[in-house]
Amino acid sequence: MAALQDTIDTVEALAGGERYKHGFVTDLEQEFAPKGLSEDIVRFISAKKNEPEWMLEWRLDAYRRWLAMDEPDWAKVDFPKIDYQDAYYYAAPKEKVGPKSLDEVDPELLRTYEKLGIPLREQAVLAGVEGAPRIAVDAVFDSVSVATTFRAELAKSGVIFCPISEALRDHPDLVRKYLATVVPTTDNYFACLNSAVFSDGSFVYIPPGVRCPMELSTYFRINASGTGQFERTLIIADKGSYVSYLEGCTAPMRDENQLHAAVVELVALEDAEIKYSTVQNWYPGDPETGRGGIYNFVTKRADCRGDRSKVSWTQVETGSAITWKYPSCILRGEGSQGEFYSIAITNGRQQADTGTKMIHLGANTRSRIIAKGISAGRSTSTYRGLVSAHPKALGARNFTQCDSLLIGKDCAAHTVPYVEARNAHCTFEHEATTTRLSDDQLFYCQSRGLDAEAAVALLVNGFVRDVLQQLPMEFAVEAQKLVAVSLEGSVG
Amino acid sequence: MLSISNLHVSIGGKPIIDGLSLHVPAGEVHAVMGPNGAGKSTLSYTLAGRAGYAVTAGSASLDGEDLLALTPDQRAARGVFLSFQYPLEIPGVPALTFIRTALNAQHKARGEPETSAPEFLKRVREAAGRLRMDMDMLKRGLNVGFSGGEKKRMEILQMLMLEPRFLILDETDSGLDIDALRIVSEGVNALRSPDRGMLVITHYQRLLDYIRPDRVHVLAAGRIVASGGPELALELEREGYDKYARAA
Ligand SMILES: Nc1ncnc2c1ncn2[C@@H]1O[C@H](COP(=O)(O)OP(=O)(O)OP(=O)(O)O)[C@@H](O)[C@H]1O
Ligand SMILES: [Mg+2]
Repeated sequence: MAALQDTIDTVEALAGGERYKHGFVTDLEQEFAPKGLSEDIVRFISAKKNEPEWMLEWRLDAYRRWLAMDEPDWAKVDFPKIDYQDAYYYAAPKEKVGPKSLDEVDPELLRTYEKLGIPLREQAVLAGVEGAPRIAVDAVFDSVSVATTFRAELAKSGVIFCPISEALRDHPDLVRKYLATVVPTTDNYFACLNSAVFSDGSFVYIPPGVRCPMELSTYFRINASGTGQFERTLIIADKGSYVSYLEGCTAPMRDENQLHAAVVELVALEDAEIKYSTVQNWYPGDPETGRGGIYNFVTKRADCRGDRSKVSWTQVETGSAITWKYPSCILRGEGSQGEFYSIAITNGRQQADTGTKMIHLGANTRSRIIAKGISAGRSTSTYRGLVSAHPKALGARNFTQCDSLLIGKDCAAHTVPYVEARNAHCTFEHEATTTRLSDDQLFYCQSRGLDAEAAVALLVNGFVRDVLQQLPMEFAVEAQKLVAVSLEGSVG
Repeated sequence: MLSISNLHVSIGGKPIIDGLSLHVPAGEVHAVMGPNGAGKSTLSYTLAGRAGYAVTAGSASLDGEDLLALTPDQRAARGVFLSFQYPLEIPGVPALTFIRTALNAQHKARGEPETSAPEFLKRVREAAGRLRMDMDMLKRGLNVGFSGGEKKRMEILQMLMLEPRFLILDETDSGLDIDALRIVSEGVNALRSPDRGMLVITHYQRLLDYIRPDRVHVLAAGRIVASGGPELALELEREGYDKYARAA
């Protein structure tokens, strides 16, 4: 319909003709490691971070093991071979050494985060509306953390929230005790690479019995060209504690593909609960040609180590050229619980292979998976999930619901569930649906005054509502807008 | 108000509306009756702008503006409202959200200020009360699991909230019980005004007992084959469409 196309064109023009709104580059002086990957580069990174000797050895060991591994190829994604020598493994804004207050942070950087809508000024947050939620932020720019807010206040309740590079210096025993205990160095190719070259990320420790007094969040920004980002996050919730953590990610629009290979490890001890939310909006590449965009190859895993511990992963994946990740839970503690709520949206030429693994080891462990995949344009989206119960996991329960929504006729959705029950006393339920966005529903919405884009956004938001409700309130609204933006240009 | 002249509409290459002309002046209510498959819903969808309904000849305008050149949402913003014969279900979108989004979109298209949240809630409560609808129903996915009659009430609730200028009711009475028929009709009548027009499609006189039409038209085989006053509906009720079916 010509008239419909007009509306879509108007909407796009209003949006600045640019669907991806975080695609700008911050112009500032940066320092790089020499291009390529070698033992020297690993030493360079470790030296930059003033790391203890054991850490350097740990990295070198990972690097040597990585050299002996092969890049995996089992995911339903398709991309040209990555040249690991053709990238920078360290890029950081030039600055004076040492820890800094917000006043010392390069104003250009502060403007960048302002533009991204990320609150770095504690006063600004405090001066906001009465009762507005306060959020502590760790801002990671390329390979380094540039600011972490509310640290003093968090320290009052014993919460440690700092860049992992700092934790390695200030809390080496804690880091050493937990690092790589959830995702072993050689777990997989990308996790192993990360272990060798990771440059920053967040470290969180919640002491026993403490309910973290505010949301914690980390914003990852890739800025420099030709670099990869390898962040490492480690969150430990000690006995009976609670924390809710959110991560967000954006990157400039570039013609090249950039690799983001992160490792996130969560440890929940007895009766502890961790809620981990992700709003992933890396640059998805050009929607027509598929040029550029981030390769998002991430290993995220939680160890519900203590009895009755609980971890819930919520993710809204809208960006990246390729997403390849399976936030998982190892349900080790008796009666521990794992949850996975996911919205994965692919448009243009994006590919996503994502899902979760729920490994039931302990008795009476429970898990719940709600995955919503939306594919538009010429994209592909695959849900891949594993639910397994080991012989000791008597009384294990899982409920999986996996829904796919297709928009248009050139996209594809796949569901690949794996189930392994190694004892006779577990209950696994699986429901899956695939629907196509219906013209009748679209017309119904339009006849009430919504234009084509708004109608799609409304229907899709309805489709993902169960999952959006899992996000902390203040992010749910953002995520809802993001859903609409990522589907612009998907009808017509 | 609404002027349709020599309208021809095909669906998938098959002609359904075949030279239909109709004029509804502002302030009037016109009833359209006719046998199953005559093209009544096709007419209402065409006026609302549904894709796949190809106008091969003729015109339709609202207050002199060519409706056929507008997208469905533009027509809605101009005040056209269709109460669907078969309302759609929208899972995960509560009626409150749906109506608010629609209202905001229409205000925006017309350059009017947004209705504030408290004002909106007040109006919804009032409208729901008038239609004897429970507010809890408005918090569930729109029409999901609603009975046929509940869906029809929901259409009228949307209509009361959006305050359209030209109303098309496609068999709003079907599926309503006796009390609901009266309640819904009262809702519709509340919108009758000198600057509004209505096209009421129905098979039964009992709706027209409540919503008194100014004119009644018989639609058969894609065109208007007879027009008259309210007494025409009574005659149809007695004698059926036989003679018109033959005439067409
Ligand atoms: N998508 C379609 N493809 C082909 N024919 C169609 C389509 N939609 C409607 N028709 C045909 O158009 C004719 C008119 O249908 P329409 O729904 O307008 O009738 P109606 O007068 O509303 O009938 P009723 O009183 O049963 O509601 C019917 O013969 C119907 O089968
Ligand atoms: Mg009909």
